[in-house]
Order: sequence, then structure tokens, then C-alpha cells
Amino acid sequence: MSSSLEQQARESAPVDPDAPVRSGTRGRTIRFRPYNVGRWVIWGGTALLFAVMPFVFTSGFAITLMSQMGILIIFALAYNMIFGQGGMLSFGHAVYSGLGAYFAVHTLNRVAAGTFFLPASPISVMLLPLVGGVFGAFFGVLFGYLTTRKAGTAFAMITLGLVEMVFAAAWIFTGFFGGEGGISTNRVMGQPVLGITFGPSIQVYYLIAAWCFLSMIAMYAFAHTPLGRISNAVRDNPERAEFIGYNTQRVRWFVLIASGFFAGISGGLSVISYEIVTAENVSAVRSAVPLLAAFIGGSMFFFGPILGAVIVDIFAVALVHYTKAWQFYLGTFFVLIVMFAPGGVASLILMNLRVIKYGLFWRLRDPYVGVLLTGLVLLLGIIMVIEMGYQLTLEWTTRMSLFGFQVDAASPELWVIAIGLIVGGGLGFEVMRRYFRREWGAVQEQIEEQVARELKL
Amino acid sequence: MNALAATYDPTRTGAVAGAAVPALALSDVRKSFGKTEIIRGVTLSIPRGERHAIIGPNGAGKSTLFNLISGRFPVSAGDIALNGKSIIGKRPFEINRMGLSRSFQITNIFPRLSVYENIRCATLYALGYKYSFWHRLDKLRDARERAEDIMTRIGLRARRDVAAGLLTYADQRALEIGITIAGGADVILLDEPTAGMSRSESDRAVELIRRMTEGKTLVMVEHDMSVVFNLADRISVVVYGEVIASDVPARIRGNRAVQEAYLGTSLTDGGHG
Repeated sequence: MSSSLEQQARESAPVDPDAPVRSGTRGRTIRFRPYNVGRWVIWGGTALLFAVMPFVFTSGFAITLMSQMGILIIFALAYNMIFGQGGMLSFGHAVYSGLGAYFAVHTLNRVAAGTFFLPASPISVMLLPLVGGVFGAFFGVLFGYLTTRKAGTAFAMITLGLVEMVFAAAWIFTGFFGGEGGISTNRVMGQPVLGITFGPSIQVYYLIAAWCFLSMIAMYAFAHTPLGRISNAVRDNPERAEFIGYNTQRVRWFVLIASGFFAGISGGLSVISYEIVTAENVSAVRSAVPLLAAFIGGSMFFFGPILGAVIVDIFAVALVHYTKAWQFYLGTFFVLIVMFAPGGVASLILMNLRVIKYGLFWRLRDPYVGVLLTGLVLLLGIIMVIEMGYQLTLEWTTRMSLFGFQVDAASPELWVIAIGLIVGGGLGFEVMRRYFRREWGAVQEQIEEQVARELKL
Repeated sequence: MNALAATYDPTRTGAVAGAAVPALALSDVRKSFGKTEIIRGVTLSIPRGERHAIIGPNGAGKSTLFNLISGRFPVSAGDIALNGKSIIGKRPFEINRMGLSRSFQITNIFPRLSVYENIRCATLYALGYKYSFWHRLDKLRDARERAEDIMTRIGLRARRDVAAGLLTYADQRALEIGITIAGGADVILLDEPTAGMSRSESDRAVELIRRMTEGKTLVMVEHDMSVVFNLADRISVVVYGEVIASDVPARIRGNRAVQEAYLGTSLTDGGHG
């Protein structure tokens, strides 16, 4: 607990590069501005990663998956502006991405028909996410004014009501929302520009990557402005924020508008990627996705939702190919994270990096191996039960493929093996978990002592 | 740059133009919760630059009075004027922008932000950055310098990057004061700043308060009589929602009504209240 608090403080308060450093016996203050290498390396590396990924993962499926990840990364980061950074738990953020997407798809169709001031050209397609962003922000102004008057549970309930309302409206105003079939479009229009038509999905990937990269930088910059920092303060202690001069309703509203803008950008990109927008885009189900991503990745860290978006998309897109039970696995994973790593994957990574930094990782090697091996056995058993159970209840045949083997889901031997794996793995895992917890606690204690010593020096 | 920011000057003395207008003027202030009247007609005038202590037995309504002055609760009747302007119906952030800042009896900080961020946040509105999303925080030299100045003065410079929630109790109390004065308000309300402190900690806190409120108007609720008699220019005694005496420390000590209110406890022994 205490160590994660410390990390949160570091995360929300990166060391000031312009801070004066005192030196010398006379306490003279020397100011220096180090060329901020770290920041350039990280952003440069991110840009490079976006650029080379399609060369590493070349299949059409991988390109689609990575495109979807890019869209979800923007959405999850936008969501985390209000959730992790601003302390607002929303169950209806798809309203902003979805309405942004609807306005974007209508705009795109008008551009294609020549009834809009933009020419029917790939350049217009490139700028389309901005349309989504503007309308996302517009509805942020409109709906946010109402929702952000409340905080906490009341805010969460209002957002849930709002998303149900908009979802219901989608089935009533079918002219705009397209009813059952939604609104479809065609992203290919006009003369190619420098060979870009947005026909091939690789071109769409790079468009998404570019917008994702820009949005990441913009949202990171937002977190380091007065409004961004005050939203952290309002999250931590709204009452005190009022007593340092801030209208907390205003702060929440302004942050929601900014968040709506970026959510709208992700909606605009989804129009280009899928060429269709349906009522599902403004649903509570869709709203849960960025919440899952932010929480799984780690909402207290700027980069947490990025990790979360990648993980959720791996579950939602990749796992779908292998199992019907993907939602079950995603749900289980989410519950495990909430229970055992409430700081998300990002905090797991940072805590382990800290252990490595203090040179104590060797002490955790054996516990880690033990936990992972027994955990794997347990997981194997659980997967067998779930997959065979799904096969028995949902399919017409009991023959199935399991871990690459052709098996009969109804055979008692397999069920005995599965139960055995669960019981054996479970018992072993429990023993190893306790061992791990003991060692982990000892290591953390040692680090705390070391930190305390450093502070005193 | 707004008017508030312009008033920030730690060396400024209280005796400036307009000293005739009291920093804080309460006239027949009343507050009821349900049928119970907690504050029963308080009239009080605190001139600029004065260090004013409010004392009284537990449940006398001292903290409630603070909550009325700072806008945390609305008054039921009466008027409160800050530098001559009524603050009735104003919300806490509006009163803060008019130049009043308060601390809390129960530590009220931003636990997940670092010490530095806690203080810097408290400077932002007053320095005119308000809701800006077009300034980069780390480029704001004035906010940084003011935050570092305050960190040094409250003795938390070495704890700069520690999450406020992890500080020791005494350090959190110091931070509480740091946040309170960071906006440069010229009327400071401190609610039991030394509550729960040891003798030596509270001695240090008194020194800190004295330094930090130089030239400002200070109103404090305090139980510790040594702190009160050490710091205050004037003392008001609140009993059952009424001010029964308001005078210089020497005369409060000798006041019969005050001694009765404290049921015989000597006001001179300096014990913890």
C-alpha cells in the first residue's frame, strides 16, 4: 500500500527538470536545464514502435488487431483523464466516442456525396477524426454540464442513466442512428494522394497510429498543465480543492470536455477502420471497455491504460479466434487484477522494477518460479473445465480440439484429469502463494529501510 | 495576474491603507442545525494584521464559527464581511478568491500528490493560472519558486517528492499550513494547528505559524493555552455559541466569566486543553 502510494506520487509528480540545484557551501543556486533526453527517448521509441510493428507482425489479422489497439488506446487514455486522473467513475463514456463516431460517419458520407465543403479526397478522410473530436467535446459540454455537477457515486449513476438514454434514442431516431443496421460508409474516395487511398488496411493502420501518437502526446501534455494537475487534486480531496480557490464542478466539467474530445477522435477513427457505426457504439457495454482497460493497465499511471488497451484487445480480438469463452477469461482476469493488483499491470511492472533496482530480485526468483508453475497447472485445469463445459452445452458434438489435441469433451478421464489439475495445482499454488507473499513482504521491508536510510542522509 | 496574486508579499505589514476596515467583521451571526442553535449571535471585529485566537470549551461552536466564515456551512442569520465585503451566500472557492484561506482540524491534504505538488496546486489559482490547459506546469517559474519558498519555510524541502499521505503527522500539519498560505491570502484561519502534537512539536509549530503569518491577519481556534497566550494579540472566548469576552491576553486571564466557563481550570498553567 505504502509503496504504491509513493509510486503514485512519483507518477503524478515527475521530477521538475527546471528545479534549481543547490551546491557549494554558500548555498548558491545554480539553474540548469538538462536537455530532456528521457522524454525524447520515450516518445521517439513509441513513434518507432508504431512505425515498425507492421513489419514485425505482417499478417492481415495482426494489422487489424493493431489498428483496433490504437483506437482503444486513445479511448482508454481519454477515459482515464476523468477516471484515474480526475477521480470520476463513468459508466457511459461511449456516449462521447459513439456520438463523435455518428457525426463523423455522416460527415464522411456527405463528403463522399459532395454535399459538404470538404473535397472527396483521402485528405478529408485523414482529418475526419477531428470531426469526431469536435462533436465528442460538444457533447462533453452539453452532457458534462449535467453529469459533472455531481461527483462520486451520484456521478457514476448519472452517467449510467445517460448512456441508457442515448442508447434508447438510437433505436428511436433511426434516421440519424440507422436503427438495426447502423450507418455504413466507404472510406475510399477521390484521387489517391501520394499513393494513399485508405483502401488497404495497412494505410488505415498508419493513419490510426499517427492519430494515436498525437493524441498520446496531447493527453500527456494535458496531464502536466494547471487544469490537469488540479484534476488530480480534485480527485484526491475535492473539499480542499474548493478551499484553494477551485470550483470543483468546473474542474470536472472542463476535464470531461477534454476527455470527450479525445474519445470523439477514437470514435472518428473507428468510422474509418470499420466503415460502420451502430447503436452498440453508444452502449453501456462499449462504455465498459475503456474502464476495463484503464483498470487492468493501472489507472494511476499515465501509461497504464495503454497497457490495458493492448491486453483487453488481445482478449477481445485475439482470444475470440480460439475460444467462445473469451469474455469469461477477460472477466476472471479483471477480477484477479482488482483483487490482487489494484494498481493494475503498470504497478506490477513498476514494483518489480523497484525490486530489481535495489538488487533484490534474486530473492524472488524461486517464489516466482513456484507461483508461475503451480499457477500454470491450476490454469490448465480451469481452462479444460471451461472449454469442455462450453463444448458440452453449446455445441452439437462432444468432439473438440483442446490445446491442439482432438479430444472428446464427454470422456470422464479428461474430467478426472482436469479436476486433478485444479485440486493439485490449487493446493500447490496456495502453498507457493504464501511463500511468495512472505518473501515479497521481506523484500519490500528491506527496500523501505533502504529508502528511509537514503532520506535521512 | 489577478488582484489576489498582487497581494502576495510575505514582508508586507498589516498597517496599510484601509486599516480602518476590519479584515473580518461578524455581526450577529447565527447558525442552527435543526432546532438547535449552535452559534447564538456572534459579533466580532478583527482588524487587519491582528493575530486573533478563539478559545472555549469543547462543543462551544468554535469550529462551526470557522466553517461559517470560510463558507463551508451557510449562516442562518447575520452578516460576515471580509475586508468590508459580505461573503454571505458565497461558496468556499469564491471566499478563497476574495483573500481568505483556512486550514482544517483534521488534516485535509491531497494524499496522493507529492509535498511539492500539494503546495504548487495551492498557488495556481492565485497566480492567475486558474483552469489553464495551455500552460506547461513545469514552465511556471512563479508557481515553482513560491512552492519551493514555502517548502523551505515549513521545513519540508527534503520531503519534496514524498506522497503527502506518507508524511508523519507533524509534517502533515506543517503541510496543512503550507497549503493554507500558498495562495497568498491575507486572512488566514487555522483550526487547531497544534492538535495532537507533542510539546516540542507544538513549539516548533508556533514558531512556524508566527513566521508564516507575518503581516497577515490570523484567526485561530486552539485548545493549547500556551500556544494561545504565546501567539495571540487578542483572544475571544466562545461559550455555548456566544462570545463572552474578547480582549488582550492579559485581561482574558483575569476575566471571571472566562474562568467560570473553564470550570476552575487555570488559564495560566499552559496545559493542553
